[in-house]
Amino acid sequence: MSNILNQIGIENYIFLSVLLFCIGVFGVLYRRNAIIVFMSIEIMLNAVNLLFVAFSTYHQDAEGQVFVFFSMAVAAAEVAVGLAILVSVYRNLGSIDIDNLKNLKG
Amino acid sequence: MAPIVIIFYFLAAITLATAFLTIYSRNPIHSAIYLVLCFFSIAGHYLLFNAQFLALVHIIVYSGAIMVLFLFTIMLMNLNKEDEVHKPRITRIGALIVFLIMSIVFITIFINSKTIMTGYDTSGEDFQSIKVLGKILLNEYMFPFEFISILLLVAMIGTVLLTKKEKNNE
Repeated sequence: MSNILNQIGIENYIFLSVLLFCIGVFGVLYRRNAIIVFMSIEIMLNAVNLLFVAFSTYHQDAEGQVFVFFSMAVAAAEVAVGLAILVSVYRNLGSIDIDNLKNLKG
Repeated sequence: MAPIVIIFYFLAAITLATAFLTIYSRNPIHSAIYLVLCFFSIAGHYLLFNAQFLALVHIIVYSGAIMVLFLFTIMLMNLNKEDEVHKPRITRIGALIVFLIMSIVFITIFINSKTIMTGYDTSGEDFQSIKVLGKILLNEYMFPFEFISILLLVAMIGTVLLTKKEKNNE
């Protein structure tokens, strides 16, 4: 079984993950729709997972992949609770524009 | 160029383009569809690494469960129209500047850093088949594995509590 990284190189995966993470950060800062902000957070989590798997292959060690399973489970729980919060915000305010959520600003 | 390198660049281009379109498109339904495409291309990256179980779990959890949840929420809130107001111009320019600075800084750091390992280790021993992963998951990571089930149960109860309609006692 030949190592895939011989042909592609770990650097390319690092650059891909960094760019994906930065796109996620851009989405969180750029959009007002709370659902798109959630999707950007998912993109960031996926960038980190991809880097975990790349380094797990780099070191020929399975523990990186086990960690990715745990992070997927936590992401699933996080999305369920976050979307429930969004539904109740929508019920109270009538919109999910994050610029309307400034009650704590004083 | 080897065919596998061409596949990698093709998948990477799809991943980055669909991730950008997720953020850029005005209609939330279109964003969700682009996000599904992005997740599928990331599963393709996992398959390139020969991590089959991880690719399958990724498709089931992300493209299956999470995206259905997103789509149901979008339908529930009746958001499938393009009526979102933009943020003020200064905030958008600031977001773009943060994006550019972050990517330039990170990429410069990783270009100038040296790796500790020289060359790639190909021990030839099996480390990522379902058999090996299952043994690791149920031996060394037994407690985290069980606590994940508690976490999912708590998340389920919390979701039900959060979305339940409150009785207004007047």
